[in-house]
Amino acid sequence: MTRLALLAALCLPLAAFAADPAEIPLTIKNHRFEPAEIRIPAGQKVKLMIHNQDSTPEEFESHELNREKVIPGGAKSAVFIGPLQPGKYPFFGEFNEATARGVVIAE
Amino acid sequence: MFGAAIIVFRESLEAALLIGIIAAAARTLPNRNRWLWSGVGAGVAGALVVAALAGSIAEMAGGMGQEMLNAGILGLAVVMLAWHNIWMARHARAMVDGAKAIVRDVADGRRALSAIMVLVAMAVLREGSETVLFLFSLASEGESTAQVLAGGALGLVAGAVVGYTMYTGLLHVPIRWFFTVTAGLVLLLAAGMAGQMARFLIQGDILPPLANPIWDTSAWLSSSSAGGTLLHVLAGYDPRPSAMQALFYLGTMVAIGLGMYLVRAPSPARASV
Repeated sequence: MTRLALLAALCLPLAAFAADPAEIPLTIKNHRFEPAEIRIPAGQKVKLMIHNQDSTPEEFESHELNREKVIPGGAKSAVFIGPLQPGKYPFFGEFNEATARGVVIAE
Repeated sequence: MFGAAIIVFRESLEAALLIGIIAAAARTLPNRNRWLWSGVGAGVAGALVVAALAGSIAEMAGGMGQEMLNAGILGLAVVMLAWHNIWMARHARAMVDGAKAIVRDVADGRRALSAIMVLVAMAVLREGSETVLFLFSLASEGESTAQVLAGGALGLVAGAVVGYTMYTGLLHVPIRWFFTVTAGLVLLLAAGMAGQMARFLIQGDILPPLANPIWDTSAWLSSSSAGGTLLHVLAGYDPRPSAMQALFYLGTMVAIGLGMYLVRAPSPARASV
C-alpha cells in the first residue's frame, strides 16, 4: 500500500513534466531583482528567464528552491523551478547578498 | 574585504576537504604531493579559462551550458572517486600489513595517482571558476583590487587550514581502521557529488525531479547553518532533495560499494600476491 502511494507520488510530477513550462521574466538591475516577488502556480514547473542588466556577473541562488546559477553580466539565462508545493521560496544573488533578494510564492 | 574572504572560504571549503581526505588516503603512494599539486594547478588554470568564457558557456546547449558543464565536472569527479575507492579496496590490506608499504607495481600506482590528479583538478575547477567571477565582480564594483585580493587570500587560507586539519586528523586514525575511515569518507563524497550532479540536470530541465522534495529536514538542520554546510560538503547533505537526487545518491553508493566488495583484497590466508 505504501509502495503504491509512493509510486503514485513519483508519477504525479511526470504529468507536469509533459507540458511546456510557463516562462517568467526576472531582471537583475543595480544588484536588485525585479520583480522581487514572483507568484507562480503551485504544482507546475516554470522557467525563470533571468536577464542580468548589470555589467557584473551575479549568482542566482536559493536553498529553498535548491538552485544556483551564475548569470554573467549582460546575459540572459534560464532556471527551471518546480513543481512546487504552496509556500514561500526566498532567493538571493550570492555576489550581492545585501541588496539582491527576492521570493517565489507558489499558490 | 571580509565579504570576499567569506565567499572564497565557502567556495574553497569543498575542494580543501576533498584534497585533505584524498591526500590522507593516498599517503602510501610515491610522489603523492607532486600529483596533488599538479591537480591543483590544472584546476586553477581551468577555473580561469571557465571564468573568462562564462558568457559563451552560458549560451551553449540552448542556455544550459553551465548546467551541462557542472554536471560533467561532477560526473568525472564521481568516476575518479569511485575508481580510487575500488583501487584502494584492492590494495588496502597490503598497505595495512606493510604499514608504510609502497605500492610495488609502479605503473599501477601511477594510474591511481593520475586519477587523483584529475579528481583534484575537477574539485578546484568547479568552485574556482565561481570564485574568480565573484572576485572579478567585486573588483569592478569599485572595491580596490588589493582589498579584494587580500580578502580572497584570507578566505583561501582559512579553507586550506580546514582541509589540512582534516588531513592531519585522519593521519591520527589507527592504521587498522584508517582505510575503512577514508573509504567511508570518499564514498560519502562521491554520493554527495552524484546528488549535486542530478540537481544541475534537473535545474537545466534535462532530467525530471520526480517527487520534489521527497522530504524536508530544513527545520532541523538548514543548509545555511555551519553544521548543514559542513555536512553538505562532506556527505552531500541537502535538506530538500528531489527523488531524482536521492536516486543518484543511493545508486552511486551501491555501485561503488559493490565494486569495492567485488575486488576486495583476498584474506591473508589465501593471499598469493
